[in-house]
Amino acid sequence: MTETYHIFPLGDGAVTIDLGNNISEALNNKVLAMQHWLLAHPFTGQLDIVIAYSSLTVFYDPYTVSNFYHPPGLVSGYVREILLQAFRQSGEHILANEETVHIPVCYDPPFNPDLRSLAHDKQMDAEEIIRLHTEPTYRVYTIGFLPGFSYMATVHDSLVTPRKPVPVPVAAGSIGIAGAQTGIYSLNSPGGWHIIGRTPLKQFDPGSPSLVTLRVGNIVRFYRISTTEMEQQLEPVLSTGNK
Amino acid sequence: MGITVIKPGLLGTIQDLGRYGYGSLGINSSGAMDRYAARVANLLVGNQQHEAVMELHFPGPQLLFEQNAFISITGGNFSPTLNDEPLPLWQPLLIRKNTILHFPGLRYGARCYIAIHGGFDVDPWLGSASTNLKAGAGGFKGRKFEKGDELLSREGPLYFAGWMKDWKDVVALNWRADTTSVYRYPHEIFFTAGHEHSLLTASATKDLVSNNFIIRPFSDRMGYRLKGPLLESAGTAELVSTGVSFGTIQLLPGGELIVLMADHQTTGGYPRIGHVISAHLPRLAQLRPSEAIQFTQVDHAIAESLLFRMENDLQILEHSCTDHLNTRACKV
Repeated sequence: MTETYHIFPLGDGAVTIDLGNNISEALNNKVLAMQHWLLAHPFTGQLDIVIAYSSLTVFYDPYTVSNFYHPPGLVSGYVREILLQAFRQSGEHILANEETVHIPVCYDPPFNPDLRSLAHDKQMDAEEIIRLHTEPTYRVYTIGFLPGFSYMATVHDSLVTPRKPVPVPVAAGSIGIAGAQTGIYSLNSPGGWHIIGRTPLKQFDPGSPSLVTLRVGNIVRFYRISTTEMEQQLEPVLSTGNK
Repeated sequence: MGITVIKPGLLGTIQDLGRYGYGSLGINSSGAMDRYAARVANLLVGNQQHEAVMELHFPGPQLLFEQNAFISITGGNFSPTLNDEPLPLWQPLLIRKNTILHFPGLRYGARCYIAIHGGFDVDPWLGSASTNLKAGAGGFKGRKFEKGDELLSREGPLYFAGWMKDWKDVVALNWRADTTSVYRYPHEIFFTAGHEHSLLTASATKDLVSNNFIIRPFSDRMGYRLKGPLLESAGTAELVSTGVSFGTIQLLPGGELIVLMADHQTTGGYPRIGHVISAHLPRLAQLRPSEAIQFTQVDHAIAESLLFRMENDLQILEHSCTDHLNTRACKV
């Protein structure tokens, strides 16, 4: 059982349960388990759930909760009790989304704008960086920042690098590294991650029933494709990118 | 036949009270910045509070009404004018077809809302009509209004054509919403302490509530950057990304503050030193760059009671609008 947690209000319309400020598979599994519990036992006035690495936030409409449950104290205190229940009654682990997803990545120009500078900083060969990036499997810990932007960890120790001081424009599909994380830009956006490649796989499609390609809990492995393979598949990605 | 956009203005979108249930996919709720104004706009024309409305920024658009319409205009005052006739805000308006609504001057506020009886006819995306500009989905074609767009409205239950007068382009019905309690002290913003509030040094804690903060240029639907004393924090909190909400006050590494607004990201990593109370988000949404904010810290009991007071007032308004409209409908 996870030992420590903090439950605190996030303003007057949301409450967060935080299991510890770090990147851990066990904590992330517990977060998923609590999300499933809350979705299976929703309370009246519950609006949304945001899950992150090691925390879960439930959003609610205080007026609806108040009128429905007539809690003796504050509504935020009432929701706090529900989160405590979610913590206690959900298991440690839930079998969800654990399939391995293989993502094709082109690590060649013009899709790798920061690969050379990263190789220079790390005093490594670009090929070595690609090898180290494609070697491990990664877990999707959270989706945020943009619709469908997946935060994955953990990159090889020798690739860990702080994000750029100033964000620059980044193309949809770009694969970046920031800290010990790697991630895929789902839309064209400013961003501060170091971009080492790009996938032709669309990460977010507002018209598709699943909306996003990756889910929290997915295991991801990147594999290298050539510029030719990239360009053959790229067209549909560019034509539906962010305007 | 509907409303044609002759000039699009700065930023006009369709919004409602937000899209919920997809936060864990990184899809934020969007929705109207000033939800109170959007809800009142709907109530005045006999709609449900969550119906889709137009959210407009200054300079506003020019809109051609190609059919008679029953509308209301709320929120910021951009001097709404129909042909040459000034229109009142916060009041139900009957608009004759082939008239042009425009907004010649900014008087106060940052966002103006238009509701139309029956609601705007847009396809909901994931259960909401709100425009998510980043995703390019929801609202009117997932984007802001452009020249030549034609917005259609749904047919509502009221037969309002009989209330119009042949010789007038506009008839204002003789009741209006009293919004004093919501906007009376526009710069006074209450917040509750955030989880990382304790990171602030004693002097920064004092600075936060004893100084004015000025809204910087380029503050928008995503967030307001504030200019004021730089706030010192004791130690640094390296946070892994975690939940944030509409109204969250984040402390940036240099000591500046940013308040997250309706289009904020679902998660963030900066220390959350406070959260603007829900009852004060409408007035905050109506402040423009270069305007001042004075923060006051309150506890959750005050935050909830002020919110409930606003919700109760909206319920009363809903009943009285329904009564007025029913009485009017029976007279004809």
